[in-house]
Amino acid sequence: MRLAEAWRVALDALRANRMRSALTMLGVIIGVASVVLLVAIGTGTKQKVEQQVEGLGSNLLLVVPGKLDVGTAPVVSPLTLKDVDAVSRVVGDPGRVAVTIASGATARAGARSDFTTVQGVLETTPTVFTRSLARGRYLTGADVDTSRRVAVLGASVARALFPDRDPLGQQIALAGVRFRVIGVFTPLGQSLGVDRDDEVHIPVTAAQRLWGTQRVDGIAVKAPDRERIDQLGDRIVAELSRRHPDTEFSAVTQQQILGVLGDILGVLTGVLAAIAGISLLVGGVGVSNIMLVSVRERTREIGLRKAVGARPRDIGVQFLLEAVLLTSIGGLTGMGLGVGTALLVDTVSPIPAAITWWSLALAFGVSAAVGIVFGVVPAQRAGRLDPVVALRAE
Amino acid sequence: MTLPVGVPAIEAVDVSRTYQLDGVSVPALRGVSFTIDSGEYVAVVGPSGSRKSTLMHLLGGLDRPTDGRLVIGGRDVATLSAPELATLRNETIGFVFQAFHLLPRTSAVDNVALPLVYRGIGARQRRDRAAATLGRVGLGHRLHHRPSQLSGGEQQRVAIARALVTDPAVLLADEPTGNLDSATGEAVLELLERLNAESGVALVMVTHDQEVAARARRQIAVRDGRVRSDAIHDRPLSGAVGRPATLDGAPSAEPRSVSGSGPGHPSGGSGGAAGATGRLSRPPSGRTAEGVGGDEPQAGGGS
Ligand SMILES: Nc1ncnc2c1ncn2[C@@H]1O[C@H](COP(=O)(O)OP(=O)(O)OP(=O)(O)O)[C@@H](O)[C@H]1O
Ligand SMILES: [Mg+2]
Repeated sequence: MRLAEAWRVALDALRANRMRSALTMLGVIIGVASVVLLVAIGTGTKQKVEQQVEGLGSNLLLVVPGKLDVGTAPVVSPLTLKDVDAVSRVVGDPGRVAVTIASGATARAGARSDFTTVQGVLETTPTVFTRSLARGRYLTGADVDTSRRVAVLGASVARALFPDRDPLGQQIALAGVRFRVIGVFTPLGQSLGVDRDDEVHIPVTAAQRLWGTQRVDGIAVKAPDRERIDQLGDRIVAELSRRHPDTEFSAVTQQQILGVLGDILGVLTGVLAAIAGISLLVGGVGVSNIMLVSVRERTREIGLRKAVGARPRDIGVQFLLEAVLLTSIGGLTGMGLGVGTALLVDTVSPIPAAITWWSLALAFGVSAAVGIVFGVVPAQRAGRLDPVVALRAE
Repeated sequence: MTLPVGVPAIEAVDVSRTYQLDGVSVPALRGVSFTIDSGEYVAVVGPSGSRKSTLMHLLGGLDRPTDGRLVIGGRDVATLSAPELATLRNETIGFVFQAFHLLPRTSAVDNVALPLVYRGIGARQRRDRAAATLGRVGLGHRLHHRPSQLSGGEQQRVAIARALVTDPAVLLADEPTGNLDSATGEAVLELLERLNAESGVALVMVTHDQEVAARARRQIAVRDGRVRSDAIHDRPLSGAVGRPATLDGAPSAEPRSVSGSGPGHPSGGSGGAAGATGRLSRPPSGRTAEGVGGDEPQAGGGS
């Protein structure tokens, strides 16, 4: 039998049982659609996080005490502003060095309050982290030098504390101490479910006084050029180690952060795809089941075809194509559904989703393969049917 | 399919078929021997359960003997693989079943064309040949009807066209009129006989009806898986019309042997009214036929 003929016969058989074919396909459709959708969400999340990390500013170098490794306990920082000066000398430009000391705190304004992250920073932060203001101004060197009680609000905090007023010039209280709002950040949005606009920046000196400490948590450096960024990191770590022989320091680049995040999110995407793959497998079992029913139902047809000269292979191929057709049509429909849902999710929800060609190719390939794998047993059974027994079947 | 001269359509030598039922061997056919020559018209008779269908399945290559030699169209089925046997069925055999066995959702012309599908013949040529064959069975005006839109007689004629479309050497019909009323059955029967006479395709037909069996030139009686008798008798009945010239005017019966002369070499006396037609039975080779006579079909009603 010619292959084109076999395709036509298979298609006819599916048409003969439209409802059943559609229901069988549904399993495959759901499986493929969920693979496509979940991979799209995984990929979209990864892309967005990478964008955001890149948005932190290029050539960024983070210096923190302790080893930067998953599962290591945080170390109490021995760093002070004197160390920051030393790092500035190594870098050669104080404008490229930022610090942070951060703590959760409740910000109050009148009757309203908002729990947020308060960051003590230098005036260099907008340069190093590429931040911009929506309103007002940022901290100045003088603000830092004189521990002035001024604050720049993240967009969410500004909205929470001053929903119907201009926050500029207003007073807020942090841990009972009053600060004057001098600026509001441009919104950044969410990242991995974290609101990045939920923060308040105050001068690092004011923060240290507020919490009664001399330490800073970490230092960030915007390297002058990408090529020597690792070298610069080594020199900073060496200098800090010299000043604090008991503590280990690490310098991580943006590239390394991207790498670690990418790995984590890649694994996450893989896990999502695998879970979705299970539903595809279940769809495949459904195909196998229906094909066995189909073989049984059409036993007499098989017997007749054999009687007029169909070889076992002709019958086997006919049923195998039927299974492959079921899963391929289901696969294509599932792809369409998955892409559509992903686009919808991406536009109407905060969850990002990005379609990749490889996931489509994979989903379709797998669904066709599922047809072959789960069609082989019913097809072989059909091919091996004894024609005499088959013709006698009811 | 035209077989080379001298090659019998089917040759069975001591053919047996045993079934395994729950580990027990159940003999179905026991040592059947005979030869079907090309162009012959043979009726297979016997009581229900006598293994007539089992025999037909073997003759058509749908099943294989467990013992003995079965040669179909010059090929020993024991030497053939499953696909080779399928090809042999396709090229040499045409089946007509009691239950028609048409594909229900398929038009008459496509049903008839089905065997050609497995020859790798293109769609257009298939349809042309199927349509022409439907014309031969008088259904040229029913090409695109589905089986459900046809009468029983028409369905069986479609099935006959399907059996014939490959131009086989043998037409095997297992009670082809069993599902039809007598008038329709008679028409189908006449069609089969006409095709046998016109195209030289051998016709082996199972029937319960003694009158029908009597129309065949040769009758093989089966009982309990054995050939009880195998007799040739010539009568000027419709089945004989248009037979090879050598047969005409040879209304007497003659004995026959497995290796002996076929229908092309009649011998024996001439003349004889229908009532006087002789009827000789031949036991299967190496066996003794029991009860020759009594339950054999009567050759009668010729005049
Ligand atoms: N696959 C099988 N397994 C076991 N026994 C079988 C099988 N096929 C046929 N038989 C035996 O053959 C018998 C029927 O033989 P068959 O159908 O050839 O008879 P028949 O002469 O065609 O009967 P009928 O005139 O009723 O059609 C059954 O009683 C059964 O014992
Ligand atoms: Mg029968």
